[in-house]
Amino acid sequence: MSVPLLEFRNVDLHYGPIQALRQVSLHVDEGETVSLIGANGAGKSSLLMSIFGQPRASGGQILYRGEDITHKSAHHVASGGVAQSPEGRRVFPDMSVEENLLMGTIPIGMAHADEDLRRMFELFPRLEERRNQRAMTLSGGEQQMLAIARALMSRPRLLLLDEPSLGLAPIVVKQIFQILRELAAGGMTLFLVEQNANHALKLSDRGYVMVNGQIRLSGTGEELLGNPEVRSAYLGGH
Amino acid sequence: MDGIFLQQLINGLTLGSVYGLIAIGYTMVYGIIGMINFAHGEVYMISAYLSAIGLALLAFFGLESFPLLIFGTLLFTVCVTGLYGWTIERIAYRPLRNSTRLAPLISAIGISLILQNYVQLSQGARQQGIPTLLDGAFRFHVGEGFLQISYTKVFILVAAFAGMAALTWVIHCTRLGRMCRATQQDRKMAQILGIDTDRVISWVFVIGAAMAALAGLLITLNYGTFDFYAGFVIGIKAFTAAVLGGIGSLPGAMLGGLILGVAEAQFSGMVNTDYKDVFSFSLLVLILIFRPQGLLGRPQVTKV
Ligand SMILES: Nc1ncnc2c1ncn2[C@@H]1O[C@H](COP(=O)(O)OP(=O)(O)O)[C@@H](O)[C@H]1O
Ligand SMILES: [Mg+2]
Repeated sequence: MSVPLLEFRNVDLHYGPIQALRQVSLHVDEGETVSLIGANGAGKSSLLMSIFGQPRASGGQILYRGEDITHKSAHHVASGGVAQSPEGRRVFPDMSVEENLLMGTIPIGMAHADEDLRRMFELFPRLEERRNQRAMTLSGGEQQMLAIARALMSRPRLLLLDEPSLGLAPIVVKQIFQILRELAAGGMTLFLVEQNANHALKLSDRGYVMVNGQIRLSGTGEELLGNPEVRSAYLGGH
Repeated sequence: MDGIFLQQLINGLTLGSVYGLIAIGYTMVYGIIGMINFAHGEVYMISAYLSAIGLALLAFFGLESFPLLIFGTLLFTVCVTGLYGWTIERIAYRPLRNSTRLAPLISAIGISLILQNYVQLSQGARQQGIPTLLDGAFRFHVGEGFLQISYTKVFILVAAFAGMAALTWVIHCTRLGRMCRATQQDRKMAQILGIDTDRVISWVFVIGAAMAALAGLLITLNYGTFDFYAGFVIGIKAFTAAVLGGIGSLPGAMLGGLILGVAEAQFSGMVNTDYKDVFSFSLLVLILIFRPQGLLGRPQVTKV
């Protein structure tokens, strides 16, 4: 069996006395779409950020393409081909849409910048209309699109997405998941964190369910969607 | 408008443009790591010595044309002063990056004292000077009196504005400039995008020092004299300018410098030269009380 693209081995993570992750083990293979489902405060964002050492895991190992990156700098991880659309989007508020997108090119340089800008504007036409506007003036949905497009500008091998549907109108959520589906179909590896299990699991090959910093369940997207515990806790249905 | 007003306006703009250059170093460092680099005045003082050394060296090797002399000296001063800026950040601030906010401030005061004493010991405590390089002035009749603008002042204004324009271009249109702004707006996100923010912070110190170096050369050309203590007063003036414009704001620093320079010159012309420093520092106190965010700053930017 080949090495997973991303692997967590018994990872612990602490914020002072608070333990946010407990013995978390999971993996994402090349070309897969994997989601991590969990309620607010379960530790999903902490897990994604720990890949960049923010904060650092206090125990266990994080491996990317077989390399132990547990103690590597964030920019080392990013130059290796990991990009994140983080919780809260974190677009640069005082920069224009285009400048925000160019910030995504740091790991690969400007060689493909023009071509990739055009590609992003095809994917997200709204961003082209707002090209010279400052990011702080965008709506929540547009900021989310910008955060995803900015991550894509680095031509990542692994795209991490932290709750891309949070706080957005259903129609916008649909658009965003449609684009994620296209990216996945194009062969990109996605690791998606969501509270909203329905969309995420439908899109995913596999999924994990996290409760209080621990992995409670794992399985294929369909298995988890059919699981009664998942249905009652994360799908709001019966 | 009378002659004195115009004369002091020109003098004030000249002085203010130099304050602006130095204020850039305070404002950029504050913007990116949230600390006041109290050693910045000393960096300026060092650059005054370096420009005198540069001029002397080049003259010693027989260079006589003014443009070449100035350009060569500028290059030398900017490079060596930039190295000072880089080194200070590296040894005095970076190790304290994750400690309390007070620690780097104390470290800055320490560096400032070390630099003063080092220059005093190596260059002597006496005032040093350079001969006038650019003689002559433009003269205009205004009403009864006349207005005099020395070639040196014209040169200072042109060079200072060129320096500010170049910096503005770097910050707005280059990759390094975008990385600086990204690091300033959200350092953690900048790191996640692959930016080595420690390197960016180093660059900010180098850029700030380079601007101070330009200021050091220009003031040395104008006044001709300096001593190891020269960084103190002008450092606080430039800091006042940065606060006046809105600390953290680049256009604010330039504007604050110009306003402070003009205000100070008008005060000297109309009231009293002896109290001009008191006037500037009173201004600082007033700004801090009534408009702490400055002219172009934003009130209480919360940092993530
Ligand atoms: N910066 C922080 N300081 C202290 N505790 C934190 C911090 N960030 C998150 N936590 C805690 O860690 C736990 C997991 O949070 P988080 O990873 O944000 O969960 P999720 O993304 O699943 O909502 C929560 O209990 C939260 O309170
Ligand atoms: Mg979260």
